[in-house]
Amino acid sequence: MSPAGWLRALAVVFVAALLQVVIVSSVVVGGGTSDLLLVVVVALGLLRGSTSGAVLGFLGGLVVDVVTLGTLGVSSLVLTLAGFWAGRYGETTGRDRRFAPIIAVGAITLLAGGFAYVLHYLLGEEVVARTALVTALAPAFVINLVLALPVHRLVRAIVGDELRLEPAGEVEVLA
Amino acid sequence: MSRQRSARSAALGLTVRRIPSTGPARGAGPLRRRLVVGVLVVAALVLISLSFRSEESGPLGGVQSAGATALRPFAVGLERVAQPFRDAYSWGDSLLTARQEARDLRTEVRDLRQRTIQSAFALQENAYLRRLLGYLDGPRFPADFDPVAAEVIGRPAGAFTQAIVIAAGSDNRVRVNDPVVTADGLVGLVTRVTPDTARVQLLTDEEAAASAIDLRTGATGIVRHARGTRETLVLDRVRKQDVVRVGNEIVSAGWRAGALSSLYPKGIQIGRVTSVGQTDTDLFQQVQIDPYVDFGSLDAVLVLVPTSRSR
Repeated sequence: MSPAGWLRALAVVFVAALLQVVIVSSVVVGGGTSDLLLVVVVALGLLRGSTSGAVLGFLGGLVVDVVTLGTLGVSSLVLTLAGFWAGRYGETTGRDRRFAPIIAVGAITLLAGGFAYVLHYLLGEEVVARTALVTALAPAFVINLVLALPVHRLVRAIVGDELRLEPAGEVEVLA
Repeated sequence: MSRQRSARSAALGLTVRRIPSTGPARGAGPLRRRLVVGVLVVAALVLISLSFRSEESGPLGGVQSAGATALRPFAVGLERVAQPFRDAYSWGDSLLTARQEARDLRTEVRDLRQRTIQSAFALQENAYLRRLLGYLDGPRFPADFDPVAAEVIGRPAGAFTQAIVIAAGSDNRVRVNDPVVTADGLVGLVTRVTPDTARVQLLTDEEAAASAIDLRTGATGIVRHARGTRETLVLDRVRKQDVVRVGNEIVSAGWRAGALSSLYPKGIQIGRVTSVGQTDTDLFQQVQIDPYVDFGSLDAVLVLVPTSRSR
């Protein structure tokens, strides 16, 4: 990615992280809140590849943990893996698929929710599985799905689509 | 059979052979990718370990504090930009329920007018009896506290932590364990402080608890978050012989045992009892409370700083 592309992507992640913390997290719809930063990181992973997705997810998570005075690294770990997975999906099976953002956001929202629950549980925080995995995750899943395509288009308009597809291995048919 | 043979080619009776790639990027790309994600995952795990183990005043706490201070202007700026939209939404939302709310409030005003007169007599009597007894008590709200008003500038994402970040910190005399309230009632407790921001654990957090009392019957218990819900509280540990009725007001109990005293001062309103139940097998009653504070739409709060804390 070019330096200008990196700067634009970093700005997008920074603004998304602040929006998440300041505004989006306080807008409760149906008992859950959207994870705008996750949707943005997935979009960046799809548009810019797995390495960029992982780096931008890490940095976005770091901003969230710093601003909310939370345990450093928790959001970074979840978003690093989310960005990486989205990037791999975009580089391989998700390429040229119209609904790739929706599929990626849906799958990653569920996986990230489950992973975050395990992580918080391992850190000794008292979290009720039903609240984390049903009451809050179900509405978050729906809202994230609704946001997936508009956010993907917005992010693509800002940072562009520079995904370098991994060359597929050529095969020779032997009769 | 060759390893490269795919299922389709096998079905067609064909054999395929992968042509080895000659470009340097083919080998370097995956390696670089794995290296980067590996380093980031390890970095995140190291950060979690250090952040979890280190004290607030430790080096990592200092870095986080400096980061929070640097990012504060952005958060405050964004909050101010969002505020008019939030107000507009609240205004529109309140219009929908205004008629019913006005009816309820008129009934409540009549009730409260009666209780104010009774309370005024009780206060006079209470002050007189306290003087007679030379009664020693813990800090009382609001007389023994200075309120520090602070804007809410953030809240963690997800259902894992019920907390807010406020735009006041140690520079404003805020310390860890200071109680936080709004005009509606008890909000929570300060759990982390930087020079100009602080993290407040809400009463709806799984790990939060406050000793509380039924204002009418004197039944005591511990207010905790109701499991499986987002913003409902329960009054736990209420003995079966104690009387709690639907509609009764629950306030913070405050207590003092020697040099120790409750983190929450006495008399801060928490909520109203919405249901009371008990089973033969349970040791305690099941009391559900509807909190007065709307934890989902906190814009500003008051941190109660003890007046005894010197400036």
